[in-house]
Amino acid sequence: MSSIGLPHFLIVGAALFALGMVTVVTRRNAVGILMGVELILNAANLNFIAFNHFVATPGSLAGQVFSIFVIVLAAAEAAIALAIVLAIYQTFHTIDVQDTDLLRQ
Amino acid sequence: MDHPTTSTLLTWMTFLPLGGAALILPLLLLRASGAVTKELGDQICRVIALTASGLVLVLGFVLWRSFDPSNPALQFVQHGRWIPAYNIEYFVGVDGISITLVMLTALVSFIATIASMPWWPGNTHLDEHHFTQHGVPGYMAMLLILQTGMIGVFVSMDMFLFYVFWEVMLLPMYFLIGIWGGARKEYAAIKFFLYTLAGSVLMLLAIIGLYFNGPQELMDGRLVHTFNMIKMAQWGRAGGYAAAPLVLGFQFVRIAWIALFIGFAVKIPMFPFHTWLPDAHVEAPTPISVILAGVLLKMGIYGILRINYAILPQATKWAAAAMAVFGTINIVYAAFVCLAQKDLKRMIAYSSVSHMGFCLLGMSAFTQQGIDGAVLNLWTHGLISPMLFLIVGVIYDRAHHRNIEGFGGLAQQVPEYAGLLGLAFFASLGLPGLCGFVSEFTVFLGSLVQWQLLTIISALSVIITAAYYLWAIQRMMLGKLNPAYATMPDVNWRERLTLYPLGALIIVFGFYPKAIIDLIEGSLRNLILPLQ
Amino acid sequence: MEHELASQNEAVARAIEVSWLWLIPVFPLLGSALNAFLGLRLQRAYGKRVNHAIAVGAMLLSCMVAEIAFWKMFVAAPQDRFFENHLWTMWQSGSLQVDLSFGLDPLGMMMTMIVTHVATLIHVYSTGYMADEPAYWRFFMWLNLFVFSMLLLVMGSNFVVMFFGWEGVGLCSYGLIGFWYEDLTKASAAMKAFVVNRFGDFGFIIGLFILFWSLSGVWSKTNQYLPERGLGSALVRGTSPEPARVSGSGTTLGPTLEFRELRNQVSDESTGMADRLKGMTLWGFPVLALICILFFVGAAGKSAQLPLYVWLPDAMAGPTPVSALIHAATMVTAGVYMVARLNFLFALSPPAMTVVAVTGVLTALFAASIGFFQYDIKKVLAYSTVSQLGFMFIGVGVGAYWAGVFHLMTHAFFKACLFLGSGSVILACHHEQDMRKLGGLRKYTPITRWTYLAACWAIAGFPWASGFYSKDEILWKAWTADGLSAPWIGPAIYVLGAIAALGTSFYMFRSYYMTFTGEYRGHGGHEDKERLEDPHAMAAHSHADAAVQAPSSAAAVQQVAATDVAHQHDHSHSASPAHDDHGAAPAHDDHAHDAHGHGGEPHESPSSMTYVLAVLAFAAVVAGFVFGWPAAWGGGHEPALERWLAPSLPAAEHVKFRELGHGTEYLFQFFGLAIASLGWFAARVLYLDNQSTAPARLKEMFPRAWSVVFNKYYVDEAYQATVVRGSLVLSRILYWLDQNLIDGIVNGVGFVGRSVAYVDKVIDERFVDGAVNGLANLTWNSGKQLRRLQTGHIQSYLFGALGGAIAFVIIQYVIR
Repeated sequence: MSSIGLPHFLIVGAALFALGMVTVVTRRNAVGILMGVELILNAANLNFIAFNHFVATPGSLAGQVFSIFVIVLAAAEAAIALAIVLAIYQTFHTIDVQDTDLLRQ
Repeated sequence: MDHPTTSTLLTWMTFLPLGGAALILPLLLLRASGAVTKELGDQICRVIALTASGLVLVLGFVLWRSFDPSNPALQFVQHGRWIPAYNIEYFVGVDGISITLVMLTALVSFIATIASMPWWPGNTHLDEHHFTQHGVPGYMAMLLILQTGMIGVFVSMDMFLFYVFWEVMLLPMYFLIGIWGGARKEYAAIKFFLYTLAGSVLMLLAIIGLYFNGPQELMDGRLVHTFNMIKMAQWGRAGGYAAAPLVLGFQFVRIAWIALFIGFAVKIPMFPFHTWLPDAHVEAPTPISVILAGVLLKMGIYGILRINYAILPQATKWAAAAMAVFGTINIVYAAFVCLAQKDLKRMIAYSSVSHMGFCLLGMSAFTQQGIDGAVLNLWTHGLISPMLFLIVGVIYDRAHHRNIEGFGGLAQQVPEYAGLLGLAFFASLGLPGLCGFVSEFTVFLGSLVQWQLLTIISALSVIITAAYYLWAIQRMMLGKLNPAYATMPDVNWRERLTLYPLGALIIVFGFYPKAIIDLIEGSLRNLILPLQ
Repeated sequence: MEHELASQNEAVARAIEVSWLWLIPVFPLLGSALNAFLGLRLQRAYGKRVNHAIAVGAMLLSCMVAEIAFWKMFVAAPQDRFFENHLWTMWQSGSLQVDLSFGLDPLGMMMTMIVTHVATLIHVYSTGYMADEPAYWRFFMWLNLFVFSMLLLVMGSNFVVMFFGWEGVGLCSYGLIGFWYEDLTKASAAMKAFVVNRFGDFGFIIGLFILFWSLSGVWSKTNQYLPERGLGSALVRGTSPEPARVSGSGTTLGPTLEFRELRNQVSDESTGMADRLKGMTLWGFPVLALICILFFVGAAGKSAQLPLYVWLPDAMAGPTPVSALIHAATMVTAGVYMVARLNFLFALSPPAMTVVAVTGVLTALFAASIGFFQYDIKKVLAYSTVSQLGFMFIGVGVGAYWAGVFHLMTHAFFKACLFLGSGSVILACHHEQDMRKLGGLRKYTPITRWTYLAACWAIAGFPWASGFYSKDEILWKAWTADGLSAPWIGPAIYVLGAIAALGTSFYMFRSYYMTFTGEYRGHGGHEDKERLEDPHAMAAHSHADAAVQAPSSAAAVQQVAATDVAHQHDHSHSASPAHDDHGAAPAHDDHAHDAHGHGGEPHESPSSMTYVLAVLAFAAVVAGFVFGWPAAWGGGHEPALERWLAPSLPAAEHVKFRELGHGTEYLFQFFGLAIASLGWFAARVLYLDNQSTAPARLKEMFPRAWSVVFNKYYVDEAYQATVVRGSLVLSRILYWLDQNLIDGIVNGVGFVGRSVAYVDKVIDERFVDGAVNGLANLTWNSGKQLRRLQTGHIQSYLFGALGGAIAFVIIQYVIR
């Protein structure tokens, strides 16, 4: 059995992405969807780190920097998104995305 | 330039009526806004039309007085650039051929305008359905635009300009017949319009052909063709068009000649293209018939002389016999058809066809007398036929029909009218002392030398002409008075104002046609010299 | 200079320019204009005397100027008797120059004198005859205008002015024949006169054109006109303004319309024009004969010769003074005048002269035979006029120009007298002109009777009146004529002419006896033997109805007229009491008679009429001795008129006659007298006092022949059936073709255009527009379908995005 390589990280990242994706697509609760989005973002972060480690020029920190940006943005995003969810709740009295279909018109 | 600008008179004459029409437009707005009443607006329109055509008549008189008959070249020339890309110019001028027609147009238009006025006392027969009472602004505007078109055709010396005026003239005529006409006005108007348009399409093709096969000149550093008729005529006389390449295996000059000729023949109208005329005349209101017969028919002959004769002399010579034959057919055929008519106006329309045949016959002989007579015939027919149509108008306004056999014995009820009718009829049948005779005599004298048989056949028509006019007089005027018309009023002042001037001119030119022939002779001599 | 040349060549006539000739015609013109424009108002305001004062005054002034002209001419030397008055050039076109100018030479002077004087007399007569006419002003307007036109005709110095007059008199004739136009029969007669005359005018004008061109060029065998530069003015096709060539004797050569210039070119032999004209042919005919015959066609129209005479008898529908002035004395002689005027042309062409003379004699005989059996007194005189005009044409045809013109002059007097006499009779008998209803008038109208008798002597040819001198001169010249196509023609003409003269004498005295002797038959009784014993008495009634209508122009008119006939009569009588006849046939008399309800005896006419009759009768008697005393009877010189006319008739010297000596001439004059006496005797036996029953018995023996002659050989009917109906049918056919064939083609083109447009429309709607609309529909429908994808559910979008991404991956994987 060889040491843990890039494919293993990618598999974990893909699994994480897939789980996040499924959460986003299937959950009807807006907060749930938000959680799914966090999973997807972290899957991306995992990939950044992995590629930085295995593929990029040694000594480069580009992957880590990106990850940190993503984490920061995710925090900001979560804050804004939760605010939006609150606004939706105030408008529709629900946070079920099936019922908030105003775009349809 | 060859013909420097010497006068703006012709431009004034041409566009003065258009200016009048332009004045009528704001009036329409005022009327629509309620600032002026309908009655006041109508009266203002009438005054505008009368003033404009009266001024044109005055200018025409000035033109005649200052024209120099000893000079056969163009006079009163005005030149200006118009569309330099194709070397199209605004180029107007008159020579002996056109001056008589310009004067005739001014005169006949003025008479027709008077005839459109419901003003003079004694018009009790005019009811609200009379054409002088409805759509007055439009009518007057159309009349004025028509006048601009007509004068424009006669003064244009640029072929493109000529064509533009030719078409400008069509449209008001179409509306005048189609809106203010009689029972079958739509049919007549459309027939007139399409027929003439079909002719002018051929004409346009020929004009374009002439342009591209024509002379070139240096302008702004490049070689361009020209629409200048004088230069085209010089080119044509020198054989320029005769040397043009074949078209579909035919000589270009012949093709162009035939195309132009058909375009003009529709207007003359020449057998077999004449059937629009009776319909148009019968349906048109009286003043429009007057203009149609007095001026529009002259354009065909004028165009043939101005373009076919001057520019394509070789082909003209080639086609002379055909023209003579068609002229003879026109004369005799239409005279016989007149004999069969029951409708007075239709009879007179056919008699116009017959009389225009004289022009074709006379000008096809290429003799001085023949061509002088032909152009004089334009003038004399231009005096006589308006009078005839006015005469018809008088009786139609009173009886509301024109069936010759529906009258009878009117001479004792309306003696003044009978006298005027007699004058007009006898003038038309060529009684010496009235101007119709002079042109007939001169035409026949000139054509006999070239076409003996055709001239003799044509001269036989004088008998038929006498027969149908006298028979009409007999059926309408003589015999016992038809009791239905026992209270018919005699001519009123409006009708007197139109009929007496024409009658007087008919007599004056019967004894002194020299006044006209002297104007035209020099130019016509130059025109037929290359044809002999 | 001019005089020198004139003395060199007798044939060249030189004009003396005067400035006052225009005064002669202008007075009648002014009179006519005054009556035309103001006549009705004047008549209403001041009465009829103003109208006739204007008209008669104008005539008197005109007479006065004519007399001054005559006097000036009389005192001038014969070669100076050419007055010309150029007013203005009417028009000029190439070599054609038409002047309004008047010219008087002895011939024209004679005609002018006849026209002005006879016309003045007839104007005076009309003041009496037309006194009851409501449209008095119109009558005098036309009458004055007629005199003006007639003066243009005789005084015109060129063909065109002559033609102005020529048609002008035709117009006035039209206006006067149809003077009582409310009667359609009369109106039709007027129309017929004008239209038939137009046939003649057509010949005149074509002859003129051929003459005009022949003077400057030649006609080749292919009828091509070759302008000949060698001779004549060499005006190429009348275009070149080159100066005219002048011959050695000072004659201008080339095409001209002036009579005097033409005469000088043709009769001055040094110009060579006569020889050239003789040698020319056109369509294989000698040009000269063609020209002259065409001119004669014109003359035959105006002067009522075969075959164009038909209008003259119908023209009697006009008032009787009109018949006297226009249809006897002046207008109808215009043709004779023209042939005499152009004597220099006719003399060059024996065939043309023969045509003229033979037509003349045939007409004389033909018309005389119709005159035998007419009952209408004016019809008798009408046919007699036609016949006498034939005599005149014999004269000018055989080359005895002066004799023809002389007969013209004597005829003007005696025929005017006869017509006016008949007018007097008609007025006396309350507008009755059927001779069977007259009779015995010598008791009631003595002056009319004597003047009528004097005129009968004149026309029949008794030496104590004028007709003898002119008619026998004509027949004598015909016998001796040597200038015709064949030598036997002259004597043949003499024989036929003598028979015609016999007939003339017979029917004139017949009319005299029927009218003036016996008992007056106008009281409504039916003593009239001829009528009672007439086998056609009943037939004639219906037939004559047709006979009146048939000649009167067109078919449609007839129908109107025929249905209207009875009506018209009543109407015309009530409307205008002066109407002097009731249609032209005897059959109408009965009811006309009744309608009139005429009472009382016949009465002599007013003095204005009888004085005129007396003057004319006097002239009819003495004109013969004064102007035509034969050279054979002593006196030592030619007849006065022959000498007077000599300067106008240059050709008279060239026409050849056989010399037969005075003895033969006396013999022929005796023949003439014998013929006249025989006719008189026959008429006296048969018709004196209405005693004899022979006429009726003769009629019974030959009913068919009688009715053919009585109905004028059915010539009118023949014309009606051929020319009139033919043209009407042709005109209808042509109109039908015009409406259905030519206009049909036009409308057909329109129809084809519309059909093509319809097909176009279908194609357009189905295919072209279909494609466009299809695309639009497709977009629309797909949009509608796609709209369903828009759920608004963010998750379904994400599903889609995911699906798309997966699909991309799979596709990339598969394709690679």
